[in-house]
Amino acid sequence: MHELVQYITSYLGSDQTPGAAGNIFWAVVYVLLVFVGLSIAVICMNWLERKILAHMQVRLGPMRVGPHGLLQPIADALKLLLKEDIIPEGADKVVFWIAPFIVVLAAFTVFVVVPFGPTHAITDMNIGVLFMLGVSSLAVLGIVTAGWASNSHYPLIGALRSSAQMVSYEVAMGLAVVWAIMMTSMSEQGGTLSMIGIVQAQQQQGIWFLFKFFPLGIIAFGIFAIAMVAETNRAPFDLPEAESELTAGFHTEYSGFRWSLFFLAEYSAMIAVSSIAVTLWMGGWLRPFPNLLSGPTWDLAFSLIPGLTFLFLAGMCFYNTVRMPKHPLFKIQTIGLAGFGLVLGLIGLVLFIPAVRVRVNDIFWFSAKVAGFMYLYIWYRGTFPRYRFDQLMKVGWKVLLPVGFSLLILTAVVGMRTELWAQVQEALRR
Amino acid sequence: MNPVTVNPPVATPFFFYGTAAVMIIGGILVITRKNAVHSALALITTLLAQAALYLMLYAPFVAGVQIILYAGGIMVLFLFVIMLISIERQEKERPFNKQWLVGIVAAAALGGLLIAVYTTTTKGAVLFPEGRVSYVESQNTQGIGALLFNQTTGMYMFAFEIASLLLLVAIIGAVVMAKKRI
Repeated sequence: MHELVQYITSYLGSDQTPGAAGNIFWAVVYVLLVFVGLSIAVICMNWLERKILAHMQVRLGPMRVGPHGLLQPIADALKLLLKEDIIPEGADKVVFWIAPFIVVLAAFTVFVVVPFGPTHAITDMNIGVLFMLGVSSLAVLGIVTAGWASNSHYPLIGALRSSAQMVSYEVAMGLAVVWAIMMTSMSEQGGTLSMIGIVQAQQQQGIWFLFKFFPLGIIAFGIFAIAMVAETNRAPFDLPEAESELTAGFHTEYSGFRWSLFFLAEYSAMIAVSSIAVTLWMGGWLRPFPNLLSGPTWDLAFSLIPGLTFLFLAGMCFYNTVRMPKHPLFKIQTIGLAGFGLVLGLIGLVLFIPAVRVRVNDIFWFSAKVAGFMYLYIWYRGTFPRYRFDQLMKVGWKVLLPVGFSLLILTAVVGMRTELWAQVQEALRR
Repeated sequence: MNPVTVNPPVATPFFFYGTAAVMIIGGILVITRKNAVHSALALITTLLAQAALYLMLYAPFVAGVQIILYAGGIMVLFLFVIMLISIERQEKERPFNKQWLVGIVAAAALGGLLIAVYTTTTKGAVLFPEGRVSYVESQNTQGIGALLFNQTTGMYMFAFEIASLLLLVAIIGAVVMAKKRI
């Protein structure tokens, strides 16, 4: 018993990830935390997407289940679990059964290497980025087999579209990632593929890779930002599940629990690619201006922001509580909203405790940046019309790929300019 | 490239026999399934187990590339093509052709060769050593990079470039054959 306690406490105060420290207990705790956090994030995204889309289209969105529809995702989850689970008559039973699990596994396994902070990752791998790209590329297999196993026309067309699309955009995505990895080789300790190492390289070079070699970094990021929307099959590249053409694409024949697995996988894949983008270009867990605005005063100021954010959300809840209709029927909803605001306010107050503040800061900034990307996803869906398939292929192969290649070569030349110039002078002198 | 350390053994018998069993079962399923999609899925399982074996040999980079290229890239294209073929007709056909005798002989010869090489080169060595001398895991990617591209140690640069040229030729050939007018 004593050894067990010692084993558990030995990790505390270490400056390594549990994977690197080899502590199985804390690795399992981190895995559970990430899993729960991710599930909550997907539930929040479900509600936020409906609400934000609705407001973009001048509608109210869900309003009935709970105050401002806050309980809508829970109601949806219940409905999905209680729904009849149908397997089509001509379907390939085994493959039909496995496909959603492949997609979910691929989407969740990726989070093993996502760095929420210098120590807040399950593990750090020497091949971090490669691992993320590789495992997330396995999701295509699940989508393709799901479409084929349904033994129906719409899912098959959706699966074919999706495999062609994802394989095409993986190339452009890979080029953009190579660009970011090339930038890490400019720091003192040399290039790295590890997710934590990439963020540390940005910290050491004192600049987000987004602004490195000013327009070039933004172009590389742009390639990735387009490719990642296509990789996750979201609007405007949501051809594999285009409602108006293919009913629901590859998961037309799925229902109930299996369908909800696809839903879960889609949103966690979105969070996964967003966290790759944040890690590679936007400084991962680093707060804004860690080098320019350094010092204890600024550290304190920035570490108060997480708590203030939650207090602001709580304030919004209270404001809307006051604005609720004064009708007896709305009494429970009003109390519920006030209670929700109270919970948010309490979380905000907990985040002000110095011990918590210091540890949660990096997780907050990482999540905030990822949340920005998630909002962009909803914004795209609300504003852009869907691409045609030939246009999609044209963008992937004829625009993103050549731009990516030329960007790589150009950046290599710009980055090596002093060495190249020295060689030119050497040649001239001879 | 220099730090050479003794790693804790990942190569435990349990891990090795587990992945090897998955690979063999997957390989057998690939050639015995009549349904081509099932064969492809079994092949993917085999390739993933192979990636696990690379991990066991402290080669994470090779394992990652294996997953990206074979399991994530090539096999998706395989499935893509298979799905366009009518499965119903295939199910009635016999999956084995007449060369099974030659196949068995060739497989047995290769297996015998591997066993012979293993027994002669590792005389007195145990199958699963307690810890083996190897490059630390965190050096694998850098080591491969140095072997390929370093100015002094990059001995495989030419072979690497030639291999990519070969792939380019294959792509151009496919385009020429597929499209009559370019």
